[in-house]
Amino acid sequence: MLKFHCPHCNEVREEEEFSYAGEAFIARPAAPDGASDAEWGDYLFMRKNTKGWHWEQWLHSAACRKVVAVKRHTFTHEIGGCWTLAEGKRIYLEEQA
Amino acid sequence: MNSHRINRPNARIRRDQPIDFTFDGKAYQGYAGDTLASALLANGVRMIGRSFKYGRPRGIIGHGAEEPNALIQLERGPGTVPNLKSTQVELYQGMNAFSTTGWPSLNVDVKSIMGRAARFMPAGFYYKTFMAPAKMWPLYEDVIRRAAGYGRAPVDPDPEFYDHLHHHPDVLVIGGGACGIWAALIAARAGLRVMLVDEQAEMGGWLLSDHNAVLDKCSSDTWVKRCLTELDSLTNVTRLPRTTAFAMHDGNLVQAVELLQDHIVPAARNPLLPRQRMHKIRARHVVLATGAIERPLVFGNNDLPGVMTAAAGQTYLNRYAVRAGQRVLVLTSNDWAYGAAADLATAGARVILCDTRAGGALPARDDATRKLGVDILKGHGIAYATGGRSVSGAQLVKLDPHKDIAIDAGPRVGCDLLLSSGGLSPNVHLFCHNGSRPAWDENRLAFVAPAQGRPGIACVGAVVGEFDLHGALAQTTTAVRAVCAQLDRKVTAQVPRIAGATLPIEAAPARAIFRVPDGKREGHGAKAFVDFQNDVAASDIELAVRENYRSIEHVKRYTGLGFGTDQGKLSNVNGFAIAARALGKPIGEVGTTTYRPAYTPVAFGALAGAMVGDTFDPRRYAPAQQAHVKRGALFETVGQWMRPWYFPRPGEDLHAAVNREALAARTSVAMMDASTLGKIDIRGPDAREFLNRVYSNAWSQLAPGKCRYGLMLDENGMVMDDGVTSCLGDQHFMMTTTTGGAARVLTWLEKWLQTEWPELKVYLTSVTDHWSTCAVVGPNSRAVLEKLCTDIDLSPEAFKYMDCRAGTVAGVPARVFRISFSGELAYEVNVDASYGHYMWETLMKAGEEFDITPYGTETMHVLRAEKGFIIVGQDTDGSVSPIDLGMGWAVSMKKPFSFLGKRSLARADTARSDRKQLVGLMTEDPAVVLAEGAQIVDGNGGRGEAAHPVGRGPHTGAGGARAARRSVGRVTSSYHSAFLGRSVALALIEGGLAKEGQVFHAWDGGKLTAAKIVSPVFIDPEGKRQHV
Repeated sequence: MLKFHCPHCNEVREEEEFSYAGEAFIARPAAPDGASDAEWGDYLFMRKNTKGWHWEQWLHSAACRKVVAVKRHTFTHEIGGCWTLAEGKRIYLEEQA
Repeated sequence: MNSHRINRPNARIRRDQPIDFTFDGKAYQGYAGDTLASALLANGVRMIGRSFKYGRPRGIIGHGAEEPNALIQLERGPGTVPNLKSTQVELYQGMNAFSTTGWPSLNVDVKSIMGRAARFMPAGFYYKTFMAPAKMWPLYEDVIRRAAGYGRAPVDPDPEFYDHLHHHPDVLVIGGGACGIWAALIAARAGLRVMLVDEQAEMGGWLLSDHNAVLDKCSSDTWVKRCLTELDSLTNVTRLPRTTAFAMHDGNLVQAVELLQDHIVPAARNPLLPRQRMHKIRARHVVLATGAIERPLVFGNNDLPGVMTAAAGQTYLNRYAVRAGQRVLVLTSNDWAYGAAADLATAGARVILCDTRAGGALPARDDATRKLGVDILKGHGIAYATGGRSVSGAQLVKLDPHKDIAIDAGPRVGCDLLLSSGGLSPNVHLFCHNGSRPAWDENRLAFVAPAQGRPGIACVGAVVGEFDLHGALAQTTTAVRAVCAQLDRKVTAQVPRIAGATLPIEAAPARAIFRVPDGKREGHGAKAFVDFQNDVAASDIELAVRENYRSIEHVKRYTGLGFGTDQGKLSNVNGFAIAARALGKPIGEVGTTTYRPAYTPVAFGALAGAMVGDTFDPRRYAPAQQAHVKRGALFETVGQWMRPWYFPRPGEDLHAAVNREALAARTSVAMMDASTLGKIDIRGPDAREFLNRVYSNAWSQLAPGKCRYGLMLDENGMVMDDGVTSCLGDQHFMMTTTTGGAARVLTWLEKWLQTEWPELKVYLTSVTDHWSTCAVVGPNSRAVLEKLCTDIDLSPEAFKYMDCRAGTVAGVPARVFRISFSGELAYEVNVDASYGHYMWETLMKAGEEFDITPYGTETMHVLRAEKGFIIVGQDTDGSVSPIDLGMGWAVSMKKPFSFLGKRSLARADTARSDRKQLVGLMTEDPAVVLAEGAQIVDGNGGRGEAAHPVGRGPHTGAGGARAARRSVGRVTSSYHSAFLGRSVALALIEGGLAKEGQVFHAWDGGKLTAAKIVSPVFIDPEGKRQHV
């Protein structure tokens, strides 16, 4: 059972207080009506499905109800960190660079 | 009579507390401190069961959780417990235990006759037999089921209860042997909050079985007692015996089950305490001091009752004062079994020790052991044991000093107790629950946990391969010192000084032998068992490899090695070694199978804790609950809510009540409690834009005081929820959702706002339980409301259909919504939930003159179905688009923002014209009500084809392809309509919107019923009734 440090509540809380909210930083296409079926299908269904470090979202459903960005290793379940969406995105972009 | 009970100093039984118990109806005596196994052995009871496949007599092999054979059923009736290991059952006065195998009895077992055909039943034989005829399979299954299996599941409700406790200590020490006790003491003295758990009733681990050690100048017993006394005196220590840590999860979350009262006579248990308690322990640091279990050697007929591990023989002697035999043969590959031999000799047994090592032990140990009267034979093994229901002797063989080959026959030895030791297997399970594997240590001939542990987890003692007491305590001291340092505590602990073992400490290297050769090809001699509980022999493992199963995981599944309630504790390493030899690979390369929780079986009750019965799930009640109970409502659960289902009058069944309620709603006035529907308060300058994005329809023009039905799509374009959303102010809306979808919708909306549209200024508040809602429904609903509300103009011109107004009803501030799920004139009166009960009762009183009728969800379903209104989740299933529902009018393609789901509506598949579409169905016979879920089939109805099954594969043999029909949809909603005097139904049918008038058939349990596709709006298609 994982533990997360919620950046909004500023406390370490048990996984049971959170619900998984999918891969992080997926941008909805700005012009969906102009997207092809393939492009739209990509957005809807294709996910990184990494074996390794994975950026994802968790909703603190039993408490502040904020969506937080979590870096989790999908094999070892090690938690690299939990950040606000904004802070997490910044770190994520730095990593990609 | 306790013929095998002897005087033994330092044994842990209490002779001043004799206990009477029965086994298979026969009376015996034991003592407090006995396990059922030790008491049975004391009474000379050896055969406890019959093996799984061959029906061979089986007895006790081990002394704890590793026991594979001696499973019993405890008690009968509601308190019965199946599949307990007799080695783990603490004896209590009046205990009744029963063997679980052997039919018709343990003594006369039919399966054992089959077992003589064992040649034809190797591992996996059932994959190759019982193939044809297939229709015999149910019979085979029934017979096989009854022949196999241990114990019976209870059929009565559990009379006892269970609970859960959560802990957050600094250090959790798992294992209360020497190293665990020592680790706990170091950490506790350093001021840390410490928990110490051990599966046994008494802590001390192996020190309870071997009393020879001297620690810090006192006997091991005294040392343990002193440590435990000190631990118990500290307020920062929680010590839990009888507590098995059975699972290690991520983040150092450990689950442990404590048997609080299992050891107490059932009639004397404290009814205010749980029987068992589940501890959920989240420790900053875990110390694994889980020790090691001795594995036996594999040789012919090693499953005879009276054949045990050396550790078991030694434990029964020293801990329980049971000398399990008088003529003892000990077979060993190592020095540890010399302790068992020595102790049994000093207890008066005649002992022969057979050492597989050509050189045996070092001279010091060899001499000391011989001096105690033990005969030692070096360089020999056992080809097979002999005996019927109990071991009576063994045929020895001379072994090649280096290779596992028998080079000559050896002597024949008579014995009534045969102990073997193949080495120690560390209990690495908890460490490996994260999916890791232990490493093979060639020096120690064991799979070990790493001495350095891993972040957050320290491993100490035998679990890392430290099998010598002094080395183990030293390693423990170092490791726990490091743990304390990580938690910012300094430690000045001195490693306890060990002295005075009766046998010299230095050991000769153990021999790497697992399967003792018998001079024959594997499978041609006596059966040599590896996994006793699943009747897996060495020959079966070699067979698996011959059949080309190369991975140890496949070998396990093919043979059954390691399955069962013992989870391979005695058998796995032997099995891996035999497989490695057959594969021609080193053991380390073959590796182990995956370790998974639970370490030992856990009762479902302990897992459930208090979440059973009424507290299985939280129950949510609407504010007027008591009013509904008072009126005799029956309830159904919708999510966690209790909703009135129908209100039967005396003598009415469901149908009578619903017919009456529905007629009242359409002819006079009726009332339903709609408080449970989700309600989300939405505010902000961007509220309209937000609604336009999350709903398929348009919201920009909805003025304050107006309501609109909203359809919510997921990004696949499928309907996910619906409800009426009302404009209360230019930047203020009240959204309603379905009862079951409320939480899901709120989360959905939150996620979009936070992750995709953080720039929108929108604020959502869940107000579902802030408001109580009374839906007053029917031609007389206005009249009822007029009696209670004077500050809202209720006239049809002023308060139109789909308007909402704020005012006062019965003296209470209220929001009134003129919306209708029934198609009748209706008003939903919303008040603060604290007034909910009052409002309901006041409306009932006001409606009395119109014979106001309370109604529940069943009638609600009928009323809306008569109008063709969908219920999300019943008429939709996540794969139904608004176009499929014929609700294109609710989709606004002109909104500037591509709302959620819009793009997917244009997908090739979503735009198909032959998709399943919502239609109405009218049966030819109006009295027939179609079954919900019935498949709709194509093809001609016709008489005589009624019996043909639909859509089954080639196995039915009921006719050719011509008779098979294809399912083209299903019935989603179906009721009897009292108003129309006939049945109505809704269905999803391929291309249904273009097939009005066509006749299809609904298939249900072999019966076909004809029905015609019609408009789903059965009553008042122009909608006049809701506009009056």
